[in-house]
Formats: sequence, structure tokens, C-alpha cells
Amino acid sequence: MGGILVVAEVRDGKLFSGTLSAVQFAQQVGQQTGAAFDIFVAGSNIGSIAEELSYYGAKKVLVEDNPVFAHYLAPGFAASVAAAAKQLGSSYVAGTATTFGKDLLPRVAVRLGAGMASEVTEIVGTRNGRLVFKRPMWAGNIVGHVVVNTDVVVVSVRGTDFDKAVKLANRSEVVPFTGGGANTRVQQRFISFEQTASERPDLTEAAVVVAGGRGLKDGPNFFKIMEPLADSLNAAIGASRAAVDAGFCPNDLQVGQTGKVVAPQLYVAVAISGAIQHLAGMKNSKTIVAINKDKEAPIFQIADYGLVGDAFKVVPELADAIKRARS
Amino acid sequence: MKILVTAKRVTDPNAKIKLKSDKSGIQTDGLEYKPNPFCENAIEEALRLNETHGGEVVVVSIGPSDVQATIRTALAMGAHRGILVTGLDDHQMDSDLVARVFAELYKRERPDLFLLGKQAIDGDSNQVGQLLAEYLEIGQACFASKVEIHGSEAIVTREVDGGLEKIAVGMPAVITADLRLNEPRYASLPGIVKARKKSIDEIDIRSLGIDTHLKVETVAYEEPKTRGGGVTFVGGVDELVGKLKSEAKAI
Ligand SMILES: Cc1cc2nc3c(=O)[nH]c(=O)nc-3n(C[C@H](O)[C@H](O)[C@H](O)COP(=O)(O)OP(=O)(O)OC[C@H]3O[C@@H](n4cnc5c(N)ncnc54)[C@H](O)[C@@H]3O)c2cc1C
Ligand SMILES: Nc1ncnc2c1ncn2[C@@H]1O[C@H](COP(=O)(O)O)[C@@H](O)[C@H]1O
Repeated sequence: MGGILVVAEVRDGKLFSGTLSAVQFAQQVGQQTGAAFDIFVAGSNIGSIAEELSYYGAKKVLVEDNPVFAHYLAPGFAASVAAAAKQLGSSYVAGTATTFGKDLLPRVAVRLGAGMASEVTEIVGTRNGRLVFKRPMWAGNIVGHVVVNTDVVVVSVRGTDFDKAVKLANRSEVVPFTGGGANTRVQQRFISFEQTASERPDLTEAAVVVAGGRGLKDGPNFFKIMEPLADSLNAAIGASRAAVDAGFCPNDLQVGQTGKVVAPQLYVAVAISGAIQHLAGMKNSKTIVAINKDKEAPIFQIADYGLVGDAFKVVPELADAIKRARS
Repeated sequence: MKILVTAKRVTDPNAKIKLKSDKSGIQTDGLEYKPNPFCENAIEEALRLNETHGGEVVVVSIGPSDVQATIRTALAMGAHRGILVTGLDDHQMDSDLVARVFAELYKRERPDLFLLGKQAIDGDSNQVGQLLAEYLEIGQACFASKVEIHGSEAIVTREVDGGLEKIAVGMPAVITADLRLNEPRYASLPGIVKARKKSIDEIDIRSLGIDTHLKVETVAYEEPKTRGGGVTFVGGVDELVGKLKSEAKAI
């Protein structure tokens, strides 16, 4: 049996830390099967990222450093990842269940004749010699146990369900690689990227997330209410789909079935009703606080602490009280 | 411009899904079926592109014969004709098989664009569009929130982590719709009447010569762990901060 190939995600010129959850997944597969893992990374000017990746216990770190890969595009990246997996004889390919991994990994699967399990949250065991994975379905209302029946197995890994791999003292071998993806004939090009500017911690990484919903009325009010609260807790800001759809805040703040999945130590939901699609993205948070003027709002059914009140009044008070408590 | 667009039938997106007592699958008694919300966005976009650029919108789906009703809804919105591939129940499909069936329909129909939803809200796999694009060796623009056609290219804004990305894909291409792409229209009464006369071609999966073995199989189901404890309502901000500090140790 071959090893595991972890596809690293480069975001904004840096290693995206969710990659380390995929490494953790690879280590767990290794514990079950005895196989070793390698890492593949593609980008432009990524020497330091390759160096960083060489401290996590991989057998090899394959680096495809090419100006063509300055911006991610699915066809070329998929061709190179698949070429790397073929050259290494990998039995598993794992990556992040982010928009990068979701976009890329299915194409890799086709190139390898593999089946793919999306958003894997746990390795349950084996069945007829194949690993069984847990993954959420129906907005997390159901957990499926899936088996992939192909020789090569592709997996996207849900970051909130695997701890980050720990840095080691020993260095892996770093190997330059050319997979041919830079010469793809598929007509596709990058035009521009409009980045959501934020000084705050990354939503999927933050220890505390405060999220606002449609009840905050409009964009200026959304930030007027949510920013002081986020400041008081050094939190990331999230939002419901209704808040994003109404244009209160950027799309990449959306938490839920079709947005980001978060599992912070503390999640504070402000003026969010608690639709199942929203819960799908935050119900694994350690402590959940809900603030809503409607005592019957479904969000209270999964909250640990509920405060019934008008967000415009209680949230500024809460931000002040937290600041006092923490100083 | 010719567009193929999907209409998957799914369980009501707002229903609380439960397992059968023997855990062999979900409880379907009393469950309503709806078009997949992301497919509705894809259909709406196909119709808008058709209004500007002309051509034909063909609605495709895979499932039992009663999925005709889902296609008929898209025809009532304004699509021109439908194709339903029958002979597979939901549990007999994975994203890969769906993509291979669509690849076959693509070869028969030769559209300029293949529009799909970014994910199906039952399986939540988010794979078919990407798989299809690779099987066809063409470009893809997934999670689209804006689509414009310029000559032989589609210019697509994608909702990605960290912001909005704009890319160009040469046609033919695969595009998958995110929810903010548009606001799907309702079928009008005349639309519903007209839809009755539009054709839906039924194709038996066996006639396509496609291997129907599944690459990805769901072998068991469970319900997720529920959160213990239940909610504690607090009387005010100070009580909340006190509890977060001493009880939950969250601040
Ligand atoms: C396919 C699909 C995917 C979806 N994906 C997602 C997703 O990923 N994430 C997501 O969030 N949603 C998603 N949704 C949408 C979801 O169904 C809900 O519509 C949405 O979550 C509602 O957002 P909300 O709670 O902000 O708004 P509402 O449901 O309108 O709730 C507003 C809440 O604010 C409260 N409120 C109003 N004023 C105040 C005040 N002054 N003070 C305190 N409370 C106040 C109200 O009591 C109410 O509970 C999806 C839907 C579909 C169909
Ligand atoms: N049985 C089906 N019939 C029609 N379209 C489908 C079917 N299954 C999946 N799709 C399309 O593929 C998209 C992605 O599905 P999935 O990869 O299963 O999440 C959906 O949004 C639909 O557009």
C-alpha cells in the first residue's frame, strides 16, 4: 500500500494553518495503516512555505514553485497534484475542506480514478480492509459513515475536527517537483481578488467568534454593535446568511452549511434566529451564548447561555462588562 | 448559446431530518421534496443568460420518474426542455456517478455552458461540477456569485475564503452556483401552462452504458451528538459575564 499525500493550501502568500489539520488526518491514517505521508505544495516564491512544511514529519515535501501558480486555478493545480500522487504511488490524497480544497480535490480524484469523501470529521475504523470515515450530511443533521471503494482515496478534511499537527525538530526532505500542471491547455485565467480586509483573527481559527444576524438591521449597525463586542473578546466576526445576503457584511463572514464551519471556545450569536443551516456551522462550539429579543428563537435550543433582550441595548453593555471583567 | 442546467430533487431544506429507527436511512414519511436551492439559482442564471444571449436552456436531472415534477418546475420558470435519466434512486448514486452521467449528456447535447448548484443540500458533497469539468477536461468556475459572458469567455466572480475572486473561463465551461448569484423567480401561471407542453426526454441509465458501481458508499448513518445541559437564561449582562467567567471559564 502507498502513502498519504497532503495537499498544502497557500493563502495570501502564507501557509494556511488548516493544512496542519490535514496533516493530522494523514498521521491518523498512518496510525491505522502504517503508511507514511508526503506533502505537496504549489505556488510562486514559496521557498519559505516549503521550509515551514518540512517540520511536520513528512517523508518528503514536494514543491512546485512556478510563477504560473501565483494564483490558484483548478485545472493546472489538479494536474500537478495528481502527477505528484502518481509519482509517489500515494493511496490517499488529503486536503483542506475550504473553498480551495473543495474546488481542487474532486478534479484530482478524477485524474486518479479515485472516489472522494467530502468534509471528513473522523476516522471510525475499518470495514473489509478499507477505512470508514464520518462526514456530516443534511446540514449536519445526519452523520454518514462512508467507505471509498477505489484504490486511491481522496479526502477533504474538516479543519475544526482535527487538531493541528505539531512542529517537530527533524526536517523532511524538500524536493522540487514539476507535475506539468503549469502547461494545462484548459482555458482559464485569474483576473482579480477582492480581499476582505480584516485585522481580526481568522474566522475558522479564532478562539472566540461573535456573529451577527438580520436583527441588526443594516451594515453600519452590524459593525457598530459587533465590533466593540469583538474587540472586548479579541474575537473574529461572523454572520448569518441573512446578514450577508442583505449586504451588512462581506460574504466570507458567513457561518453555516454553505459558509464556514467554526468550533471556537466561545460563540456569541447576536440577533440570529438559529436556522438549521446556521447551526450546521457553529453547533460544535464549546460554549454558545445567544442574544435574541425573542425568547422562542430556536437558537436558544442549542445555546448554553441565553440572554433575552434588544441587541442594541445589551450588546454594548456586554462589551463594557467583558472589558471590565478582563482588565 | 446552449446551456445545460441541473434540477436535483432533494428533501425540504428546512425540514429537520431524522433517521429511521433501524438507522438504515432517513425517515421519509411525510417529508416533502423540493428542488435543490442551489439548482434554483443555476436555473435562474441560465434563464437570464438566455434572455440576453438567446439559444436554449435544457434542464437535466437524475432520479426516479417522479423527478419529472422537479424538471417541470424549471420548465415553468422558462426553460425549454428537459432530460431525466431514470433507473437510479438517491442511495444508488454518488457524485462521481452523477458527474459521469452528466458527461454523457454533455457529449450528446454539446452545450456552451453546464450550470449546476455548488452542492446538493442532502449529501452536502460539493463535488459534481468539479468532477464533471475534469471528466470533460474543460474549465470550471465554482461557487459563482456573478456571471457575465464576454465573447467566448465567461467572467465569473467566485465566493472564496477571504473574499471575492474573479476569473475567466473559456467556453464550454462548467459553472456552479452559490446562493447569492441571483434571486430565483417563481413560475408564472402562463409559464406553468406552457410547461405542460414542453418535452421531457426520459433516458434509462442502462441505455447509457455507464458503470453504476459506486466509488463512495454510505454504509451507516447516525444522528449527531446532541449538546448536553440545555440553555440557562440569564437575567442580565453582569450575570452572563459572571457565568462565562466562573462556570464556563470562557473569558
Ligand atoms: C440551501 C440553504 C443554505 C443556507 N445556508 C446558510 C448558512 O450557511 N448560514 C446561515 O446563517 N444561513 C443559511 N441559510 C439561511 C437560513 O435558512 C436562515 O434564513 C438564516 O440563517 C437566517 O438568518 P438570521 O438568523 O440572521 O435571520 P432571521 O431568521 O430573520 O432572524 C433574525 C433574528 O433576530 C432577532 N432580532 C431582531 N431584532 C433584534 C434585536 N433588536 N435584538 C435582538 N434580537 C433581534 C429576531 O428575533 C430573529 O430571531 C441557508 C438557507 C438555505 C435554503
Ligand atoms: N441526481 C442529481 N440530479 C441532478 N443534479 C444533480 C444530482 N446530483 C447532484 N446534482 C448536481 O450537482 C450539484 C452538486 O452535487 P453534490 O456534489 O452531490 O453536492 C448539485 O447542486 C446539483 O446541481
